[in-house]
Amino acid sequence: MCGATEGGLSLDGVNVAKEAVVQGQVTREGEPVGNAYVRLLDRTGEFTAEVPTNEHGQFRFFAGDGEWTLRTLAPKSEPVDQRVVAARGSVAEVAIAI
Amino acid sequence: MSRENSLVTAQWVEDNLDNADVVLIEVDEDTTAYDKGHIRGAIKLDWSTELQDQVRRDFVNKQQFEALLSSKGVGNDHTVVLYGGNNNWFAAYAYWYFTLYGHADVKLLDGGRKKWELDSRELTDEVPTRDTTSYSAQEQDLSIRAFRDETVEAIGVKNLVDVRSPDEYAGRLLAPAHLPQEQAQRAGHIPTAANVPWSKAANDDGTFRSDDELKQIYSEAGVDWSKDTIAYCRIGERSSHTWFVLKEILGQQNVKNYDGSWTEYGSLVGVPVALGDEAGSADEGGK
Repeated sequence: MCGATEGGLSLDGVNVAKEAVVQGQVTREGEPVGNAYVRLLDRTGEFTAEVPTNEHGQFRFFAGDGEWTLRTLAPKSEPVDQRVVAARGSVAEVAIAI
Repeated sequence: MSRENSLVTAQWVEDNLDNADVVLIEVDEDTTAYDKGHIRGAIKLDWSTELQDQVRRDFVNKQQFEALLSSKGVGNDHTVVLYGGNNNWFAAYAYWYFTLYGHADVKLLDGGRKKWELDSRELTDEVPTRDTTSYSAQEQDLSIRAFRDETVEAIGVKNLVDVRSPDEYAGRLLAPAHLPQEQAQRAGHIPTAANVPWSKAANDDGTFRSDDELKQIYSEAGVDWSKDTIAYCRIGERSSHTWFVLKEILGQQNVKNYDGSWTEYGSLVGVPVALGDEAGSADEGGK
């Protein structure tokens, strides 16, 4: 995966003004993890959505205003939780190291 | 039905990879997932192009379903094992669909594609070829499919279970959070519906919780086991997951999936809608 794009999933075609985007990249020892699952949990810890990472380890959610938790699951790894604040009209970029 | 005859484990699938009586079928929300790698021998069904009528909003009819399965090499006597991503959302939807058309022996891989991947089991990009069959479907079993009028009449009478996330239920989100939020329909939920997010029925690895845990979750949310139940979500796939839990795992009778779900209900003129975290009452019409 050397040479893969880091972070910054392209926002082409996304109406950022109307969405509260949460996106980022999952890495292990600096290398993108293309077979991870990222879960979006709401402020009460309830599951809201889940996406598999792409080949560059990237993922994206369209959340709402407020505080969220990203829970990352990957083979041979313990789940990793990370807090993130989303706001309509902005993109929250999250780097997740497992 | 019960857990034993509607679910198989990843190990069972691995042990039966060369069993000619078993057909593995991957059904994913992301219809390109199969192309990036799948369980050896598995074929693919595309829920959006192969299971939906391409003009009207409805399922393919009996003849189209027969033609589809015949061309895929699925026979009436095959044990069909479905699996997919997103904790089997669309695989559960396909399970419900196969049941709707009366397939005799259909099962879900517990945990779906995610469990298989997290176990580091093998995936391949080799696409199998299967001989065509002459599949014969039954008429749709409408005892498991609810339509809109029946759903409106169920307000305050039957169990309505809204299986979307709390934010979608309350009207703060209009779609699951991995999809863009701009939608035409109104936000909210059907008055009196209990909110039991489908995800409460699954562990983090996508496998289903134990029978006792499942019974407790729905009981605490107010599901009355003596009443008939209609489950709905946004487009009817997550509620298939809950239909599977209530009907196939817990053996509850008279459970229907309202496949029109919120994208239909939230666009209807004049029906009651409740906003916020409370269920709302039948009397006030949700206003």
